[in-house]
Amino acid sequence: MSKERIKIAEELFDIMPVEYQDLVKRATYGNGQRGWKDIGNAKELIEEHSLCAGCPESMAFRYILASLPNPEDTVMVGSTGCTSLVFPHVAVHNIHSLFGNQNAIASGLKRALTVRFPDRHKDVVVLAGDGATVDIGLDMTLQAWFRQEKFTTICFDNELYANTGGQESGLMQKGFVAKMAPVGKTFEKVRLPEIARESGCHYVVNCTVSKPNLIEKVIKNAVHVAREIGPTYLQLYTPCILEIGKNSMEGLQEMRDSEKPTERFAYKEYVSEPAKELLAELAAKEKERKAEAKKQLAGQSA
Amino acid sequence: MAAQASFIGQKNKKEQVYTDPWHMMNEAPRTPSFFTGSEVIKEAVRRASCDIMVAYPITPQSEAAALCGELFAEGYIGDYFRGESEFAVMSQCAGAAFGGARVFTTTAGPGTMRAMENFPMWAGARLPIQMIVTCRGINSPLSIQPDTLEISYLMQTGMLVWHAETAQDFYDWILKGYMVSEEPDVHLPLALCCDGFFVTHTKDMVDLTPVDMCLPPYDPYRSPVPCMDMECPPVRMMRDPFVMKSNYISYATHASWQQEVWAAVERSRKHTIRWMDGLIDTENTDADVIVVASGTAVSQSREAIAMLEEEGIHVGLVKVKTLRPWPGEEIREATKHAKHIIVPEFNVIGWLAREVSATISNNERIHAGPHVCGGMTMPPEIIAAEIKTVLGVKAPSLAGRGG
Repeated sequence: MSKERIKIAEELFDIMPVEYQDLVKRATYGNGQRGWKDIGNAKELIEEHSLCAGCPESMAFRYILASLPNPEDTVMVGSTGCTSLVFPHVAVHNIHSLFGNQNAIASGLKRALTVRFPDRHKDVVVLAGDGATVDIGLDMTLQAWFRQEKFTTICFDNELYANTGGQESGLMQKGFVAKMAPVGKTFEKVRLPEIARESGCHYVVNCTVSKPNLIEKVIKNAVHVAREIGPTYLQLYTPCILEIGKNSMEGLQEMRDSEKPTERFAYKEYVSEPAKELLAELAAKEKERKAEAKKQLAGQSA
Repeated sequence: MAAQASFIGQKNKKEQVYTDPWHMMNEAPRTPSFFTGSEVIKEAVRRASCDIMVAYPITPQSEAAALCGELFAEGYIGDYFRGESEFAVMSQCAGAAFGGARVFTTTAGPGTMRAMENFPMWAGARLPIQMIVTCRGINSPLSIQPDTLEISYLMQTGMLVWHAETAQDFYDWILKGYMVSEEPDVHLPLALCCDGFFVTHTKDMVDLTPVDMCLPPYDPYRSPVPCMDMECPPVRMMRDPFVMKSNYISYATHASWQQEVWAAVERSRKHTIRWMDGLIDTENTDADVIVVASGTAVSQSREAIAMLEEEGIHVGLVKVKTLRPWPGEEIREATKHAKHIIVPEFNVIGWLAREVSATISNNERIHAGPHVCGGMTMPPEIIAAEIKTVLGVKAPSLAGRGG
């Protein structure tokens, strides 16, 4: 979709909802340089959310939507959980259908868009919680990777079922006492990033969302690699402050504590050889673009 | 945008001409061919301009699903792959339909049940997916034999549900099915059911439409809900997701949408009547005894009726073609003179008899049965015996028929 498509006829402009007017005037569709720094300056693709005050997931959502390289041609797929309370506010097409089937939906969707738009990039990005990704939907998560489906899977890992009130999940830490784990979880946190690598993902990152510039980078990498090469996986720690007994202001510190080198969300990255080549190519192009821009700027001031 | 273009008269990459569907189905010359039901499915899909087909092996639909793979290899289908389970397959179909594709899939028995969570979602999301259901047993112990119990579950999902009797029905209804379910005022998925093995694995003469004619492609921009392809403006869909609200507006929204889905099933009636020449077929409805049946039970009833005719017993027949929409008015009219209504079925619970009972007055006239299940055949003799019992005519012992 070009940005032209969302333009409003002049005669009708004033009767359109103010959010839509804003979307046309100030959204960053079509801006190749869009990123987290646009937050607060440009119209964001997420309206006010309905998550808890201070929820790190809400920060993650904003960073991701600000960082999508091609939102005007991106369709997102969600699943049941806290994310499904946010998606109705998001200004890219998004699909919620059932709980856990997000990677199956995305497989069909990506193939349909490829058949219908063979000469264009239509990116598909899955965003679901850890229950959807690792427990009920694990089969479909892995099978999409085995088949080398070309879309990005993002897991908001809050280490439990938050939306239903804090039950044990496969990504929960061993020993954590939760609903349905009344004497503490008896087995280790599932090692999905390693499984993702072995299942054929070409770009895998495990980290927290404490640093917006890092999230921007990994989102762009993940989407570009998925578009050109094959499946990519991001596991982002978005702690459920409510269920781990923290206050609204403590989410960021919780993430910082959990990303220390010895902790479970220390930055981990896997990049396949073809993905490395692609990312190096993209980095070289970006460098060239910056040098060109600098030259032009120097020319203007001279 | 595709919405403004007419494809009629243009050729696809296989040199098939996109043809006016009414002309293709009702006026174009037909070629008689001797095919299995599975091969007939392939031939219909060859002419259906499908974008995506998702396959999974389960008896007795595996052959049809694999034959559609051959169509993909030949270039007749946009994309094709094997999913990992029926639950996943039906979600993959949903994803493709959300993305604006014409989608085809097939399943059977336990596969239908495994995928069940998807079907009300398909209907609620208004995805005009076509799913062939080659019915088989869903009970334990394991059975792969014909049994139509799964249809009774599909009937409550908001999908259109049709029950084919023969391979010819199948061929025509696959193509006509897309024409009905893609109507903007319908836009619902279709479960096109048949009795497994009896239809899929037997050979029959089927009149095929010309191979160089195919349906025009699906136009997703005629959908009553937005196609999820970022080709129309994305706006925030709602201020507060209904799932998290417990208030009147939330309930009213859900309630009105469920009503709208069922209203769309009703609106399909007029299109279905036009394409299928009515929701039921009838023969001799002035008889005192009328058999009401769907699927293969219709064929067996025809045999029984012919046998009884030789003995001077006149019996009428109602062939129920669509279960959703339900031809209530038609069945009421067709059975109004009947003193006895016999409903033979290939399942243990007798769901068709229940539906008919809920439809007509004086429903003590209904005799639910005979029922066979678990793969048993339904010899015309047992239908004839049931009718004779009802009429108080002495029937010879079936055990004495000899081998």
